[in-house]
Amino acid sequence: MKIPVVKNILSANDQIAADNRATFDELGVFVVNVMASPGAGKTSVILATTARLPSDVRPGVIEGDLASRIDADTIAARNIPVVQINTGSGCHLDAPMIRAALPQLPLQDIDLLFVENVGNLVCPAEFKLGANLAVVVASAPEGHDKSYKYPGMFAAADAVILNKADLLQVFEFDVDYFRRGIEMVNPDAPFFPISCRTGAGMDAWLAWLLEKRQSFAEDRNQSIVV
Amino acid sequence: MHELPVTEGILKTVIETSERNGARRITAINLVIGELSSIVDDSIQFYFDLLSQGTLAENAALHFRREPTIVICLDCAHRFNATAPLESQCPQCGGAHLQVKGSRDFFIESIEVEDEDTGR
Repeated sequence: MKIPVVKNILSANDQIAADNRATFDELGVFVVNVMASPGAGKTSVILATTARLPSDVRPGVIEGDLASRIDADTIAARNIPVVQINTGSGCHLDAPMIRAALPQLPLQDIDLLFVENVGNLVCPAEFKLGANLAVVVASAPEGHDKSYKYPGMFAAADAVILNKADLLQVFEFDVDYFRRGIEMVNPDAPFFPISCRTGAGMDAWLAWLLEKRQSFAEDRNQSIVV
Repeated sequence: MHELPVTEGILKTVIETSERNGARRITAINLVIGELSSIVDDSIQFYFDLLSQGTLAENAALHFRREPTIVICLDCAHRFNATAPLESQCPQCGGAHLQVKGSRDFFIESIEVEDEDTGR
């Protein structure tokens, strides 16, 4: 006897992601899932972004790492509320980990929550966390072929940041080639070349992010969970 | 890399479904996996063989149906299958304007079970 199932294999995770999102929505917290390979500059992008936020947008951070509090300590040093999740050997964050971390954050004092995923261009794309946006950070030293080699990750992005753009020439990074790879899988994702070191490009990224947050605040019916 | 929790999810779902339907044994599990997802068949099979021991699903056959990734050339409309790393040019016209129609889904399509009463 054949029994149809048609159930997403990660539906248990997706359900908890939806619960997380309901919690965030209720408290008016806008959440960004930041994904990248190790060393692309996730923490630097988060810090450079929080440093430029208007005073009425209060940031918070969830840090995901295999081990250590290095990134969390860096963020705490800026007086930003932060909780560290150590995944052990786990290669990605999942929705239950976020759920478990929430009681450790003063969510009522946070308007914009960044979730720094584990450095990895494969698995994090598969696991929804309950965020409003998924942002992928690439960087010049990684090379311009990453969008072709990890299409699943770039397909999952609501926006792609190219960090360390001040080094494009050093690494002979072909931006057009890289962008065509993104456009193949994700033609609508905006693209922001930035440099956390010089601050170049930060204004455009920040304007887009704040506009997304604003449009969500005006229309809570945007139900896509990432 | 994360096939262990994925396999646990598969087992939980198929066992619940079987019990609800009064099945005695699961003989096959039919999975659909989009080529853009990062799931590795062999790794699922490895964890499944371990985790299914002593359950209704022990010795069930895992059938993987791979949903291919299709690339469409926006210049000449040529269509071709692809896997990562993606080609950056159309093999027919050399055009660089390509669009991927692929799926990152992975879901359990159906299971095949033996009935409690008839043993079939």
